[in-house]
Amino acid sequence: MSNATSNTETVHRVSFLDKDSLSIPILKILQADGTTFENAVLPVIDQDLAAKIYDTCVFTRVLDERMLAAQRQGRISFYMTCTGEEAAVVGSVAALDQDDVILAQYREHAAIRYRGFTTEQFMNQMFSNEKDLGKGRQMPIHYGCEALNYQTISSPLATQIPQATGVGYSLKMQGKRNVAICYFGEGAASEGDFHAGLNMAAVLNSPVIFFCRNNGYAISTPTNEQFAGNGIASRGVGYGMHTIRVDGNDMLAVMAATQQARAYALEHNKPVLIEAMTYRLGAHSSSDDPSGYRSKDEEAKWQQHDPVKRFKLWLINKGWLAESDDAAMYEKYREEVLAAVKVAEKLPAPGIDEIIEDVLDEPTPRLKQQLTELKQHIKKYPDSYPRSAGRD
Amino acid sequence: MAKINMLQAINDALTIAMETDDKAVIFGEDVGHFGGVFRATSGLQDKFGRDRCFNTPLTEQGIAGFANGLASNGMTAIAEIQFADYIFPAFDQIVNESAKFRYRSGNEFNVGGITYRTPYGGGIAGGHYHSQSPEAYFTQTPGLKVVVPRNAYQAKGLLLASIRDKNPVVFFEPKRLYRASVGEVPDEAYEIELGKAEVVQEGTDITVLAWGAQMEIVDEAAKMAAKKGISCEVIDLRTLAPWDVDTVAASVKKTGRLVINHEAPLTGGFAGEIAATIQQECFLYLESPISRVCGLDTPYPLIHEKEYMPDALKTFEAIKASMKY
Repeated sequence: MSNATSNTETVHRVSFLDKDSLSIPILKILQADGTTFENAVLPVIDQDLAAKIYDTCVFTRVLDERMLAAQRQGRISFYMTCTGEEAAVVGSVAALDQDDVILAQYREHAAIRYRGFTTEQFMNQMFSNEKDLGKGRQMPIHYGCEALNYQTISSPLATQIPQATGVGYSLKMQGKRNVAICYFGEGAASEGDFHAGLNMAAVLNSPVIFFCRNNGYAISTPTNEQFAGNGIASRGVGYGMHTIRVDGNDMLAVMAATQQARAYALEHNKPVLIEAMTYRLGAHSSSDDPSGYRSKDEEAKWQQHDPVKRFKLWLINKGWLAESDDAAMYEKYREEVLAAVKVAEKLPAPGIDEIIEDVLDEPTPRLKQQLTELKQHIKKYPDSYPRSAGRD
Repeated sequence: MAKINMLQAINDALTIAMETDDKAVIFGEDVGHFGGVFRATSGLQDKFGRDRCFNTPLTEQGIAGFANGLASNGMTAIAEIQFADYIFPAFDQIVNESAKFRYRSGNEFNVGGITYRTPYGGGIAGGHYHSQSPEAYFTQTPGLKVVVPRNAYQAKGLLLASIRDKNPVVFFEPKRLYRASVGEVPDEAYEIELGKAEVVQEGTDITVLAWGAQMEIVDEAAKMAAKKGISCEVIDLRTLAPWDVDTVAASVKKTGRLVINHEAPLTGGFAGEIAATIQQECFLYLESPISRVCGLDTPYPLIHEKEYMPDALKTFEAIKASMKY
């Protein structure tokens, strides 16, 4: 019978292993002042790519700032920011091919932006208007776009993890030279789907990059109440997969790790786990107030590790960015986002007929009958249903 | 046309599905070389290779999540859950993910290529973890089709239709009939349309409705009733979601009476949905209250299985009571 283990060493007195038995280094390339560590091996990056990465970061910062304000004004019902985790998200997506399939959690809108999601498309989704690709069916921030290979976000946590294993397997079966990448937080790694997805990927040889944003908190629960082991990386080793822990606030470290993870996954048809050590600078969501569970000192300490500032210093050091250009970029996006908000919030909601579309591939007779009855009711009481009354 | 049992018919359907669709993949616990605990997938790994028919680790939520990922990227996923009793760890991936993929994305993505095959039902001395009929949990979820065959012929035609349907299907196989049900099954490919009930026997006095393994039971009850001069119209629902209201309502308008039989517990069972709808559609035609013959509201017992079962005798009594009402 097979019982594969990699070594056969025996001992003859009790000797336990603990979480420190596995020493896991953190990959760091970029220093706080924007210079790189001596002997650091940089990722493949040129000026155009660097500019696109930074542009995505700036847009995401502005979007987060403006949309959180829009939520506070009651213009949208909900919002979540990526603030503090931009390097983890943008650094990884920038290491991928456009045809690699992204399965995100919910805090990775920088990745869909990087792929080409327009400011208008963001707004259409958040305002649930008739141009929303998702037809107004999900809360704000649940983006998805087939053309950009970015699967639509699902609220239940960790469900995308075993799905990514299936997507990776399908890419392999279809002979495509692409991988799936699956984002999740360290909290999601407590769900059964995490275990199921990683174990299956390792056993079934699926080319997928599992990307954990270890950002310190799952809503209010700090990591020391989330897991007792050696972070998430130790589990990757446990499942028998290539694993790396990186400084998640270091754009170049994240890029380098993801570039090599992708190459390995493709060459060997195997999964890789990346644990990015980062920090959620903002609240969990617009419904959350972190002052109830973490200190201002702690937040201030992490502000000093701001991943966008660190990358900006590197760009300036390289002579690829000027401080004045930076201010202009922020200003340009502030205007663009505000203008897009004004347009999107005035567009009508999707038509009521769409309520029965996409349940199955075609509406059933029963569903059509339910819609007919609903429309008759709306016609009778138009004042009570202003969003749908008077429209076909 | 050969006489084969239901497992052979299922194996036949799976073989055709794999031969005609090179994106079709079969997976689950022990389905590879071993051919599944009931041998429904026997020989498929030899024919189609380990990449297309393979074992997974023991993880129902993983199997369903993996199926969602495969199908979301254009594959045809045929997943086996070893017993319907063990489908609950996969419940979230099926009802929150498979069922809602198309709707939540505005049809940017869908997982219409999934079929979940799973053996269900009692009568095999399996106790309450090898006997459950959990179909009602899935019929309450928009976005899924729920299909149950009653014999070998149906198993092949309905399974092939389910695999080729553009929606995720939960396909419940009546395991007590796997080897017991033997019948003539064409060698070639054929499909039985989903969403359509079948009038198995025409009658004039009362409509008796069931699906899957319970069709044998209601057939027997109808024969008992015939000896008492009662003419039963017997209907096999075949697809529970979406179900064929028209065929059932037309029958009840003709007979004026309805008895529904299912193995799952009475409360919240699918018979309740049928009764409510038919009551609305056929109110002025009804000669007696719609009657339900179902499992008790208990877990499925082991030693008292015979007592628990909504068997032919109980169905016969319900038919007589309805006639005398």
